[in-house]
Amino acid sequence: MVAHDVIELVPQARVDMRRRRSSSPCADLFDVLDAVRDPEIPVLSIWDLGILQDVRRDADAVVVTITPTYSGCPAMQQIESDIIDALHQAGETQVLVERQLAPAWSSDWMDADARRRLREYGIAPLYDLRCPQCGSDEVERVSEFGSTACKALYRCLACREPFDQFKRI
Amino acid sequence: MSDIGLYARRLGDDALILGQRLCEWCSNAPVLEEDLALANTALDYLGRARLLLSYAGSFDGKSEDELAYLRGEREFENLLLMELPNGDFAFSMARQYLLDVYEGGFFAALAQSSDEQLAAIAGKAAKEVAYHLRRSAEWLRRLGLGTDESNARTQAALDELWGYTAELFEMDALEERLAAAGVAVDRRALEADWRAQVTRAITEAGLQVPETAWSVRGGREGVHTEYLGHLLSELQYLQRAHPGLSW
Ligand SMILES: [Zn+2]
Repeated sequence: MVAHDVIELVPQARVDMRRRRSSSPCADLFDVLDAVRDPEIPVLSIWDLGILQDVRRDADAVVVTITPTYSGCPAMQQIESDIIDALHQAGETQVLVERQLAPAWSSDWMDADARRRLREYGIAPLYDLRCPQCGSDEVERVSEFGSTACKALYRCLACREPFDQFKRI
Repeated sequence: MSDIGLYARRLGDDALILGQRLCEWCSNAPVLEEDLALANTALDYLGRARLLLSYAGSFDGKSEDELAYLRGEREFENLLLMELPNGDFAFSMARQYLLDVYEGGFFAALAQSSDEQLAAIAGKAAKEVAYHLRRSAEWLRRLGLGTDESNARTQAALDELWGYTAELFEMDALEERLAAAGVAVDRRALEADWRAQVTRAITEAGLQVPETAWSVRGGREGVHTEYLGHLLSELQYLQRAHPGLSW
């Protein structure tokens, strides 16, 4: 294979998310929520995954807007209660979590750094399908459906190890 | 209830009933990978059902649980195809394929709905349908071009399913009204593309497009096959036996 440069195109929705965070009067609360991780993939925060959309104050309450990943993902409920716990611990007494469905969540909202951490954790991120164990690109898909809704199952033909891919959706 | 609420409810019923059916495969699939795949697909349907039934309930103060667990058989308006028993693996995969092609067209159209919430739910569903279809199309081909046995079973499944597909493209007064208002999908308009795509895939898989002389309808009016009642008795057992029970 010829070596080539990868051009990182950042989706507009991700650009908007970053802008909301950097210009937010609640920047400290965004920081608090960096501690909220995906219960199945602890190397990624809800910000890394593009689940956390916005944090704002509305009278005495803190309102957190999130975009659910897969419609049936059972982790979403856990994530919501982790958000509330994290903000309670930071001294906020009234926390509301709102779900925003549109635009529909996309795995492309994950930043390059998050994809790198995913690979180090042993999960091949999106279109980068090299084996996380040995780096070979001789791999085959075993099933489009892995251990959770967000993952597909692959096998490395070089080292014979199975591995998960974080699906592109 | 408002028209939009009723529409969301029947779409929620479609997702809930097929989701429940697919759950029955859990621990019964032919191989582990397929077990995971079927359970994951079922979860997508369940998630979709929750979004739609919550939205439906918001019009008259009912919870998603009340709608799922406390309605009788005649109050469900899912399409009949959703409630048919799973049969063998070929039957479940053939049904899934026919529905995935249909849902691909349906949710792409519903994503353009003038109702923002329905459009948002459809936008999410469309993404999930895309990978459901990749898998079911692959299986149709594999089973059709596999052994004589897998071919025969898949053909038998298609023959049995075919008469239930007419209902996918029929409209009633409620959906006509909502389609005219830009809210609902005109399902009749989906039929030509569906037929062309399905015909091509069936033929390429070494199977015959059935020539069925019968078709059956009733789901959208709450008239069901004998199978729905049995499904509901399992789905609703806990809430009926212990009303208000929660985790
Ligand atoms: Zn390897």
